[in-house]
Amino acid sequence: MSAGRIRLVAGVLAVGMLAAGCGGSTSTGSTPAEGKITLALNLFGNMGFKELYTKYEAAHPNIKIVERTSAYNDHHRNLAAHLATGSGTADIEAIDTGFVAQFRSQAQHFTDLRQHGADQLKDRWLSWKWEASLAKSGAQIGYGTDVGGLAMCYRRDLFEKAGLPTDRDEVSKLWPDWTSYFETGKRYTAKKPEGTAFFDGGPQVFNAMIGQAETGYYDTQDKVVVATNPAVRSAYDQVLKAVADGQSAKLVGSSPAWNTGFAKSQFATIACPAWMLAKIQDQAKAFAGQWDVAAIPGGGGNWGGSYLTVPAQGKHVKEAVELIAWLTAPEQQIEVFTKHGILPSTVATYDKPEVTGLKHEFFNDAPIGQIFTTAARSLKPQYQGPRAGDIQTAIRDAINRVEEGKQDTAEAWTQLLGDVERISK
Amino acid sequence: MTSLRSGPRRRWAYQLDVKGSPYLYIAPFFLLFGLLGMFPLLYTAYVSLTDWNLLDSNREWVGLANYAELLADDYFWNALFNTVSIWLLSTVPQLLAALFIAHMLNRRLRARTLFRMGVLLPNVTSIVAVTIIFAQLFGRDFGMVNWALDLVGLDPIDWQAGTLSSHVAISMIVIWRWTGYNALIYLAAMQTIPEGLYEAARLDGASQFTQFRKITVPMLRPTIIFTAVVSTIGGFQIIAEPLLFQAGTGNPTGGSDRQFQTVGLYLYEQGFSMYEFGYASAIAWSLCLIIVVVALVNFAITRRIRSS
Repeated sequence: MSAGRIRLVAGVLAVGMLAAGCGGSTSTGSTPAEGKITLALNLFGNMGFKELYTKYEAAHPNIKIVERTSAYNDHHRNLAAHLATGSGTADIEAIDTGFVAQFRSQAQHFTDLRQHGADQLKDRWLSWKWEASLAKSGAQIGYGTDVGGLAMCYRRDLFEKAGLPTDRDEVSKLWPDWTSYFETGKRYTAKKPEGTAFFDGGPQVFNAMIGQAETGYYDTQDKVVVATNPAVRSAYDQVLKAVADGQSAKLVGSSPAWNTGFAKSQFATIACPAWMLAKIQDQAKAFAGQWDVAAIPGGGGNWGGSYLTVPAQGKHVKEAVELIAWLTAPEQQIEVFTKHGILPSTVATYDKPEVTGLKHEFFNDAPIGQIFTTAARSLKPQYQGPRAGDIQTAIRDAINRVEEGKQDTAEAWTQLLGDVERISK
Repeated sequence: MTSLRSGPRRRWAYQLDVKGSPYLYIAPFFLLFGLLGMFPLLYTAYVSLTDWNLLDSNREWVGLANYAELLADDYFWNALFNTVSIWLLSTVPQLLAALFIAHMLNRRLRARTLFRMGVLLPNVTSIVAVTIIFAQLFGRDFGMVNWALDLVGLDPIDWQAGTLSSHVAISMIVIWRWTGYNALIYLAAMQTIPEGLYEAARLDGASQFTQFRKITVPMLRPTIIFTAVVSTIGGFQIIAEPLLFQAGTGNPTGGSDRQFQTVGLYLYEQGFSMYEFGYASAIAWSLCLIIVVVALVNFAITRRIRSS
């Protein structure tokens, strides 16, 4: 899961409550008279668990499961506040990859899953997924759910009109790396259908690019290296060059205008983690069969993905740990993938025929099982530091400033470095 | 038994009842205010003197360092400029329009109650829904405002991207929501103006406009002071509109260049995005002081409306 999956309505509700000054959260699970235990899960989007709850409740008659969802940023902000004040968290809290580094530095607030047999389950997950939620002390704070294995989604009809190939293998061959992706963008832009652009917005492409670099915003000593890491500057320059060439639809990811962009065919390609498929399907209903899925330039990559954690302040720690171990087990994760297209981080599922053979009708029968598991496997893991999410936002704003014509590439970069320095101080 | 009760004692009980009970009756308000208003206020003052980030549990006493940092913080001054700009752009037209609408509603109209209630409707709608809709109306590519501009042959505007354009758009939300509310307050006050004053003025040959200027406005003076002060307090605290104007992106930066980040929004960013509670508390107290000063200035200005 990721920022992209914010449900607008949930976000609006949450922000509305904050604005009304009643942002407090309700209490954790309670134990009613008949001895039934209620386990509450706080999530920030649909993780595809609904059917699984019913199954689990049937097998465990003393357990009742309640799911609450809020918007991405609000969810993580509330979690941080509830951990710091020592009350208000749910029994189980989801954490996104972008925030996991921040929370693992406060491992004392979470149940160390090693005390509950985590080490026996370790081999379920991709190794980098497991390591990203490990605290410095060695405590394991969460079990991985999904990963955002990256692909590139594209519109067949728009490609055809612009004189580009439409077959997914040929399209993948157009862009072995990002340089050739932007070259393709130039070809597209030269013959583009009126009102469309090559990609949705600079920051989103930048995210996909930086996700592939060996080092991102932090070195392994938690030092911010945005200013000195050549990969950051190079991705930044390449994206803004493409923006200057008119390849960007200049839409801010997750905004209402971006959602409209899907329906109005404002862009022909979009960097496409597994969870984006559901988003495209929701927003671009009229274009079934026109969207297709090709390989991501540069090979492999990850954008988003989540963990389930058990805050130590919960009343039913033991039961909560059992539930998350069950939810993240390969059998359940296969069901989540085949029903909702949310790609598991449990590597054991990647060999299962029902996963590798999965095709997606909406995306012109693209073999998404094979595409996304390949991307997730070939990913070179990148170290995530505590404030990576805030730095990401600062970079988004910098690229937006150039897209909006307010600043040139160099001015936006200077301001960005100032912002990053404030964040990392 | 009653005869045993001596006179002075009864008198004492009576005195207590008369003198004491009013305090008892208002006590719940002050108790609640103390608990929910005064305590947070003082606690915030204390927090503003510490360096406290929610993510690390230790808290350090730093004296006025947060305030010193704030005075040198470009983003704070930027937020203050945005706040003042949005406040001026929304309050001035809003109160003038409210006065005019109240004046119109005070005439003999058909279905008068319907109209009077109608002007209040925008105020009872959800601020969240209204802001989301206005953000759509002011959309760059498919917004209705740009569509209308195109109809009259003007170039589309990227409302969110520009400083002035975003301020205008946000002010429109405030104006839309609050004009009717202020109009009703003015209307209530207008109805207390004795009709005799207008009759006398008409006999002296005063025009409608002169009557409005020389009778209505001066008689409304206390009400205008009230609305000006209340609008100042509300306008300086504005946060929901700029926050939701960039809905979905989930970040309280108020645009890519903070072009519509208000002080309230900056406070929210520091407190609940960066978790810098000490610094956010310093912003809160500075904002409080600024509001007091501006409200006093407003009071002084509006008080100078001549009483006839």
